[in-house]
Amino acid sequence: MTNHWIDIKNTDCCLIIGSNAAEHHPICFKWVIKAKEERNAKIIHVDPKFSRTSARSDVHIPLRSGTDIAFMGGMINYILANNLYFKEYVNDYTNAAFIVGPGYSFNNGLFAGFDPKNKIYNKKDWQFELDEKGNVKKDPTHQNPRCVIQVVRQHYSRYSIQKVSDITGVAPDVLQKAYDAYAATGKPDKAGTILYALGWTQHTVGVQNIRTSGIVQLLLGNMGVAGGGINALRGEPNVQGTSDHAILYNILPGYLPMPRANMPTLKDYNKLTTPVSKEPESVNWWQNRPKYMVSLLKAYFGKNATKENDFGYDWLPKLDVAKSEHDGDASYLYFFDRMYRGELKGGSIWATNSANTLPNTNKNRKALANLDFLYMAEIHQNETTEFWHGPGVDPKKVKTEVFLFPSCHRAEKEGSISNSGRWALWHNKAADPRGKSRPMGQIMIDIMKEVIDLYEDEGGKFKEPIVNLNWYRKYDAELVSKRINGSFTSGEKKGKQLTGFTDFADDGSTASLCWILAGSFTDEDGNKLKRRSLLQTPMQKSIGLFPNFAWAWPMNRRILYNRAAVDKNGQPWDLARAVIRWNGTEWEGDVPDGGAPPMAKKGGKSPFIMLKDGLGQLYGTGLVDGPLPEHYEPVETPVRNHGFSGQLSNPCAKIPTSDLDIIAPPADPNYPIVLTTYSMTEHWCGGSETRNVPSLLEAEPMIYVEMSHELAAEKGIKNGDPVIVESPRGRVEAVAMVTVRITPFRIQGRIIHLIGMPFAFGWTKKGIGDATNRLTLWAGDPNTSIPEYKACCVNIKKADKVTELA
Amino acid sequence: MPSGYHITEADMSKTFFIDTSRCTACRGCQVACKEWQGFPANKTTQLGWGSHQNPPDLNCFNYKVVKFSEFKIKDRVFWNFFPDQCRHCTEPPCKIAADAHVKDAVVIDKKTGAVIFTERTKKISKGGFLQMKEYCPYNIPRRNEKSQIINKCDMCLERVEAGHIPMCVKTCPTGAMSFGEREEIVARANTRLAVVKKEFPEAALLDADSVRVIYLITHKRDQYHNNAMMEKPLKDASPA
Repeated sequence: MTNHWIDIKNTDCCLIIGSNAAEHHPICFKWVIKAKEERNAKIIHVDPKFSRTSARSDVHIPLRSGTDIAFMGGMINYILANNLYFKEYVNDYTNAAFIVGPGYSFNNGLFAGFDPKNKIYNKKDWQFELDEKGNVKKDPTHQNPRCVIQVVRQHYSRYSIQKVSDITGVAPDVLQKAYDAYAATGKPDKAGTILYALGWTQHTVGVQNIRTSGIVQLLLGNMGVAGGGINALRGEPNVQGTSDHAILYNILPGYLPMPRANMPTLKDYNKLTTPVSKEPESVNWWQNRPKYMVSLLKAYFGKNATKENDFGYDWLPKLDVAKSEHDGDASYLYFFDRMYRGELKGGSIWATNSANTLPNTNKNRKALANLDFLYMAEIHQNETTEFWHGPGVDPKKVKTEVFLFPSCHRAEKEGSISNSGRWALWHNKAADPRGKSRPMGQIMIDIMKEVIDLYEDEGGKFKEPIVNLNWYRKYDAELVSKRINGSFTSGEKKGKQLTGFTDFADDGSTASLCWILAGSFTDEDGNKLKRRSLLQTPMQKSIGLFPNFAWAWPMNRRILYNRAAVDKNGQPWDLARAVIRWNGTEWEGDVPDGGAPPMAKKGGKSPFIMLKDGLGQLYGTGLVDGPLPEHYEPVETPVRNHGFSGQLSNPCAKIPTSDLDIIAPPADPNYPIVLTTYSMTEHWCGGSETRNVPSLLEAEPMIYVEMSHELAAEKGIKNGDPVIVESPRGRVEAVAMVTVRITPFRIQGRIIHLIGMPFAFGWTKKGIGDATNRLTLWAGDPNTSIPEYKACCVNIKKADKVTELA
Repeated sequence: MPSGYHITEADMSKTFFIDTSRCTACRGCQVACKEWQGFPANKTTQLGWGSHQNPPDLNCFNYKVVKFSEFKIKDRVFWNFFPDQCRHCTEPPCKIAADAHVKDAVVIDKKTGAVIFTERTKKISKGGFLQMKEYCPYNIPRRNEKSQIINKCDMCLERVEAGHIPMCVKTCPTGAMSFGEREEIVARANTRLAVVKKEFPEAALLDADSVRVIYLITHKRDQYHNNAMMEKPLKDASPA
């Protein structure tokens, strides 16, 4: 979230799209309801299914799964065509005036520079035009047809309400009302927020879905302000914390890019990953990246990291260069593909139920059996820990040696968790671990200690990264937090905790495991994750900001990009909802995004300090699949064409090609129904924990499939009937839940049905059903490799007999 | 102040307010209730049922069940939620019925006004139990067939006596539930009703005069699950 949970109460319009907020983030609805009651805010829910979120919204807009860019593109067009954008904000704080280079083009669904063989773009032609000094050329009058706002305007002029209606299935008058309601926040004294979650990310156009919100929020001046922002709802699985600490293959902690093969030395890494901006008003914060990287290496390797050995940079793994859509991709999409192809020997799976929650489960379960060994840490036995004796598997024929470390529960250990608003919060231990279970951190430390000992005693190939680690003796959550914050490793302040970003150096004199959390654990204040004070100034109180409760990265800033919440003189766009304010000598309110004075003053800086040029990017060159979002169908789609271009699906989508990755052709009559999958309030993710909580299993006991009365009538299915759902990849038994909450879609003049299924059920709990993901497909977003769980094609029939349900 | 109910100076009795316009049916209350009571789970299934409402109804191990009701009016879908529980009537007809069989099997806690089913309910005959059920306008009493105890929501009396609020209220994330002294709660309910009526003209407080669990509903009673209905007016309930 750019903002935080409480801040939702400050909004005038809450657009919930790609999220079932009330069910998956129940607490957040406290603030949504407050906004509705206290500000008369409009709550708009855009989602294929009418859910508990829709029930508490002013309007529910059902759209066919996978057509969000059409919906949002229509809104961008509506805002621009009707001149509803916030002019001063767009002029001063976005790249609207930047001139795109002459090589840019967009023809029939493809941007300039596409390489169809390797499914990647060469982004050379997307870049901005530079003057002789190397500065971006600009047209403040916005008349140049190649200036960003004109390029955006032209691109989305194709997204007429009728066309959007035709592909999304939303009636034109409903679209117009929604666009009007949301565009009304494009005024200085109005704020609109966009809440999204996995309903946006889990598509082959996932990142571009989110980009549409970036464009809308910048046009309406909603970034940085209270009640605004782009708010990715992240929840109990600590997605925020795991992202911050890089439980992903392509980043290092603190969102530092993973080194690649074309960066053999630290110098190469710094050169290729550190942005350079010549814009005088740009802070370009990432120019500090080398400091954060060296400090991370110092934290990893301690005294073994020296200037002479590049601080151990050689010891980090390097990803292949992305010469095609799949090169250098070590995400689970290709990991499981390689496992299935027998290219992996063994590994570990921690705290994720891969044999249930990853798409195309039948492939993944086969892949696991190709390993020689697998070790896991879990609280409960689940479909992954037990894969070797799952349905249809003969344990005698599985060669994989499986080790299971019993992990204790969250409540049985202390530690930190980061909430969606980037607050790092400490939690205490409530009870002792049961049996021989231990915290996962302890299990990990002990395993690694053994590995280090083995390498030290026996040697081995490339032992340096292991034996040189600055490893722990025992697990102490607070010690880890201390190291995350970081400390000085030499000089006068040696041993002292870092107080913030400005302490970092690139000469090895500082060490930190995650630079963004610097300032969270200081010598003066101790572990700030434990703070629970409600102390606030009247200004902070007026927007529900609690700076002394826990600690938020970066630097305890509660609303990111808050310098865009004020005009060039540092005065709030909306006094009643002031986030920060320049009082003539300093900033008041939230911790400002950098201490520089307002833009109109001497030394003033542009507000978007994390972006190279300091300005919000209506048009951006950062993503691999296009500088502007464009509607493409899901990889498996019920339509043959979508009317926006001849390019049916994302040309850069990541799709593995094994014999089990079978994909139905477009508009396949054998699989005419759209399936979308989801979680629910009562079960947590893959369900392996919550299925073992009797009162939760009582509340949601069995796999179901939600469908419309119309489809049920067509198929002769009654509510409560057992049914079989089939895709080209698998077959799943479920119970029919026939409901008015799912309505058929009218797409291009014909009816398309959609059904929805939860993925929380699995065979290790008898009779409740098995993995829904046997139906879904491995097809990933080109930027993140996140699979397209939200849309694939299936068929459904009444079951004569069932074996998975009882 | 609604007519027909007079608060005396010494009346520190308690009341719940359940504002269904704020309820998201997260079922935190349902689960917290049975966890606090230490009740086992019922075996539930979707086969032949096909609903999120699980368990389907109140039972001796679920004092609270969130009821779901979905319908369409002119193409607009509505999904109404109703966290059903004992209303702790100010003049509980179940007590009238029970007293006719086993005196003081049902008692009213003097301080809070909570209607409490005691262990003595064990001794109530099958016929007596049926009569209690029949008298209850909301179909609340349930019997544990094994222990023969008749039970239902006890207002978390132990918690309340120790200065805490009932578990369901404690758990509610959206402010749909509140609990406190009757006068204050009734005032809150009336204030809230006036606000909600602007959006939902049919909004009403259910039987506020005669119960200690006041529901605010946004639609007509029959657009909720059956138990939102008062199946027969209280005044008809007299001892057999």
